[in-house]
Amino acid sequence: MSPKTLYDKIWDAHVAHEADDGTCLLYIDRHLVHEVTSPQAFEGLRMTGRTVRRPDQTIAVPDHNVPTTLDRANAATMTEDSRVQVAALDTNAKEFGLHYYPVSDVRQGIVHIVGPEQGWTLPGMTVVCGDSHTATHGAFGSLAHGIGTSEVEHVLATQTLIQKKSKNMKVEITGKLPKGVTAKDITMTVIGETGTAGGTGYVIEYCGEAIRDLSMEGRMTVCNMAIEGGARAGLIAPDEKTFAYCMGRPHAPKGAQWEAALAWWKTLYSDDDAHWDKVITIKAEDIAPAVTWGTSPEDVLPITAKVPAATDFKGGKVDAAKRSIEYMGLTEGMALTDIEIDTVFIGSCTNGRIEDLRAAAEILKGKKVKEGMRAMIVPGSGLVRAQAEEEGLADIFKDAGFEWRLAGCSMCLAMNPDQLAPGERCAATSNRNFEGRQGRGGRTHLMSPAMAAAAAITGKLTDVRAMMSDPA
Amino acid sequence: MNKFTTLSGIAAPLPLINIDTDMIIPKQFLKTIKRSGLGVNLFDEMRYDDDRNEIPEFVLNKPQYRDAQILVAGDNFGCGSSREHAPWAIADFGITCVIAPSFADIFYNNCFKNGILPIALPQEQVDVLMKDAEKGSNARIEIDLEAQTITSSDGDVFSFELDSFKKHCLMNGLDDIGLTLEKGASIDSFEASASQARPWV
Repeated sequence: MSPKTLYDKIWDAHVAHEADDGTCLLYIDRHLVHEVTSPQAFEGLRMTGRTVRRPDQTIAVPDHNVPTTLDRANAATMTEDSRVQVAALDTNAKEFGLHYYPVSDVRQGIVHIVGPEQGWTLPGMTVVCGDSHTATHGAFGSLAHGIGTSEVEHVLATQTLIQKKSKNMKVEITGKLPKGVTAKDITMTVIGETGTAGGTGYVIEYCGEAIRDLSMEGRMTVCNMAIEGGARAGLIAPDEKTFAYCMGRPHAPKGAQWEAALAWWKTLYSDDDAHWDKVITIKAEDIAPAVTWGTSPEDVLPITAKVPAATDFKGGKVDAAKRSIEYMGLTEGMALTDIEIDTVFIGSCTNGRIEDLRAAAEILKGKKVKEGMRAMIVPGSGLVRAQAEEEGLADIFKDAGFEWRLAGCSMCLAMNPDQLAPGERCAATSNRNFEGRQGRGGRTHLMSPAMAAAAAITGKLTDVRAMMSDPA
Repeated sequence: MNKFTTLSGIAAPLPLINIDTDMIIPKQFLKTIKRSGLGVNLFDEMRYDDDRNEIPEFVLNKPQYRDAQILVAGDNFGCGSSREHAPWAIADFGITCVIAPSFADIFYNNCFKNGILPIALPQEQVDVLMKDAEKGSNARIEIDLEAQTITSSDGDVFSFELDSFKKHCLMNGLDDIGLTLEKGASIDSFEASASQARPWV
């Protein structure tokens, strides 16, 4: 048998039909649905008299629009159009008999956090969702990617997706991460290296010692931003950490089924001599805490660097950089650590898991956010929130002056009331720094939770390493 | 879905790289539960000021480009989210073809579901068409999907690559779901064998 990559193996196990030109029907194991990209798909089913083929494999949760303030049970906290969209999901989930976690359910949260938490996401699966950050689930060694609403309708009706196979890219992070450097810094540094189109046409497998050393939470952070690098999906081969994370989750297999699943999962790795169309290797020791300075996720620099000059770039990037620097209100050559911020947002499907909150709490313990700073922590799910309260993290955040919110996407994309005002500058743990992403005219600097916590204390972009105590 | 065969239209130049889905259609317009009516909000934050007045310098607000049917743009067009609201807004405005050196994957696929032809060309050829587009309404660019060619107003002809299945669907305005349901027997048999092989799913 010819050697295969992990992607090849998962792909081959899911091809339901292949046409002569290589166009395949890929069978989908799990379909996650949220309120923004699904109403038109369900409407399409109704108009054509079609139904959901596998409601038992379709999981719905509202996350993009929902307010995260503590009073959100009060309908007045939502705008009319948001309310209509969430109500539509509620109706569709019930009418078509989907698994559903409504806003009132403690398990509600960001779809990409709820999926793994509930054991819906398992190794070797195909997972899709009408959301580009579906790449997150690749951390389990499942082939997971975002789809548009027409494809949502296609998966609802047929449980398949029309696909052609992507190419294989290997991103290897060798060695051990230095202190203060996290999964977020890895994934941002990779995008800084490849650019936002560097992964176009590829599925990326992340590997190497530094990836192996990451927790499942960290691996989800890495895969989450595969889409920012342009890749269709990001993958990490499952290992003992993956299996330990999955075991006992509500929808993970049990007993003999678990054993059978485990036996297959253990075959899910790239063969030694598998073919890679592109290979990128980065030494973990070369990665520093990263921040973005511009309005593309590829505008990544180590925190110790300076804002670049537009003329440092080539081609279309010269104009793009000029536009970014102007939009961001920065001066070429200024130290990144001199950039003053107004707001800190810790949360999102990139960094809204328990480990992210622990990292922020470690920096914030016994400290206060800078006076006048608007700071919020939005846990990725109701269960993350509950765990953070149990571990005493919530008290650390509240004592420091952070708002402690309910779960949702919140200020990552500002579809709910959490938005930046024009010119407001935010240290954010989310995934996109596009113009207007967090609110019209808002300015976003992406970074890790520890870095965002450090910025909250000093009021400026800050090298978190200077604030960390030496290991005892 | 509307069929796409040939197109002769005005092309609007948008010489920016990494035009993302938040630029194409900002999030406040994603709260609709319909597919139509988004054209007025296409490129909303570049197109209107804070008081909702048109910004005259923005290309689609210029008289000569208000009826543009083609967009010529920079590298990595459509990067960012999976929101199909982006192609819905483009189509609703009346644009049915986007030409750029490269496209983001999800956006590219979404175009075909909405009768939009995205064409990736080498940078030098996009540069020629960008210059052509800058001539305004006197310059019409012609696209022939069957022949897979673009003809500039000066008569330059460029060929483009396209997946044969996507081309077939676009030319015939075919509904993907209908086509897939014709392969229902394959799906049934795959499902039966997969549930034996991986009963835990």
